Amino acid sequence: MKVIYILWLRQIKRYLRSRARIVGSIGQPLLFLLALGFGFGPVFQRAGEGSYLQFLSPGIIAMSILFTAVFSGIEIIWDRQFGFLKETLVAPVSRLEIMIGRTLGGATVAFFQGLVIFIITIPLGFHPEFVTIPLGLLFMLLIAFFFTALGTAIASILKDMQGFQLIMNFIIMPTFFLSGALFPVNDLPQALKVILAVNPLAYGVDGLRGALGGAVYFGIGFDLLILGSATILCLGLGSFLFTKIQV
Amino acid sequence: MGVIKIMNIIEVDNLTKKFKEFTAVDAISFQVKQGEVFAFLGPNGAGKTTTIKILTTLLKPTAGKISLNGCDPVKNANQARHSFGIVFQDPSLDDELTAFENMEFHGVIYGLAKKVRRERIEQLLKIVELWDRKKELVKNFSGGMKRRLEIARGLLHHPKILFLDEPTLGLDPQTRNHIWSYIKDLNKEEGITVFFTTHYMEEADRAADAIAIIDHGRIVIQGSSNELKEKTGAATLEDAFINLTGKPIRQEEVSGLDRLRQNRRLFRH
Repeated sequence: MKVIYILWLRQIKRYLRSRARIVGSIGQPLLFLLALGFGFGPVFQRAGEGSYLQFLSPGIIAMSILFTAVFSGIEIIWDRQFGFLKETLVAPVSRLEIMIGRTLGGATVAFFQGLVIFIITIPLGFHPEFVTIPLGLLFMLLIAFFFTALGTAIASILKDMQGFQLIMNFIIMPTFFLSGALFPVNDLPQALKVILAVNPLAYGVDGLRGALGGAVYFGIGFDLLILGSATILCLGLGSFLFTKIQV
Repeated sequence: MGVIKIMNIIEVDNLTKKFKEFTAVDAISFQVKQGEVFAFLGPNGAGKTTTIKILTTLLKPTAGKISLNGCDPVKNANQARHSFGIVFQDPSLDDELTAFENMEFHGVIYGLAKKVRRERIEQLLKIVELWDRKKELVKNFSGGMKRRLEIARGLLHHPKILFLDEPTLGLDPQTRNHIWSYIKDLNKEEGITVFFTTHYMEEADRAADAIAIIDHGRIVIQGSSNELKEKTGAATLEDAFINLTGKPIRQEEVSGLDRLRQNRRLFRH
């Protein structure tokens, strides 16, 4: 337990100490909220869908968690480059413990990040359903864990940052854009609906939106089931790949 | 059988490591006795670091047998990790943590009780003269300071075997002497076996009970410093080393990772 705690603590300290990272990771979602939220707001309203900001906010909260979580997982590549990974890998603790500690730390940071964005959306005009906020927080946690574990899995395979751009452009960005975070999915073409159905973030966004008082597409129970199972699978995969790392 | 195990704390038998076509370590065999200070010497790119990485469970060998404190680091990696400590050739500190936090992190993951941990951290940081700067972030340290901190950290948990991969590279003579006297004390008082590599031949001559020289992935000679000098008819260990490994300067393959490490400032955010 102490080992997991110190690994967790390290992630938190690193996060709190890097001001640039905090500012950057709040700036991007804020830009999305302002530019898209107020930009598309009138069109959305005219189409009879109500307030766009109300629709968009859960999507942007999910986005900020997604990016922070993946980056936290990917930090293993930095550790590998800076040599610190070796220090943890030769220690007499199981790789599983290391993986758990790191993932807990990364997910905490990502969850916290989502919480900050959540708070920011309220003065901007987002009115969440207060009673079911705990359910929303649960979805935020699941998104945080899933994508930290995914980041860990990816980083365990990648040797350096060169492959990272590929991952961002071909996995992370599509995951975000095709999750229903930005637009309603009811009337999408069939092909996009198929992609949506295999995108774990789509269930996260749907569940979070539903929990915070918006319309759901898959259904909250189903979202919870799918995202929960996907998270467990991804944690398993991340742990497996992490134990295979050679330096 | 038990007797042999106690005698040789490290046993390496026909160890081979290939990276695709390149054979980094070519069927080497050697033993290190318990409580011994063992110097593993060789030119750049000879296979020293690869051997250490295999012994410390960071790499899997292609072939061969290893026994580390009676257990196999390939099959029982976790058990083997309990018995050694290591100071790596290249940096392995967390730059975003303070000197004290790096030590504390190490102490916790090696399971040291709080009281012992705090005592030793203070003692070791004083030895490497970083106690006054324990609250500073490591990223603000000079290269020599980082090296000192790294050595202090490697000594923190008093392991049975201590691997030191060029521990004193880039340090001034004062610090080198300090560190060596601490290592020797540990070796005498706690019976810690020391396995080290160095390019300073006088360091090996002074500190090592036994020496092995590796070149092109093969061990070319083993024995005490005096035996090596006798066998090669050389006056000093340095002459013996050059007689055995030749005069040309070695090319060391630069891996992608090393290149990235050199460019790492570019990526910092």
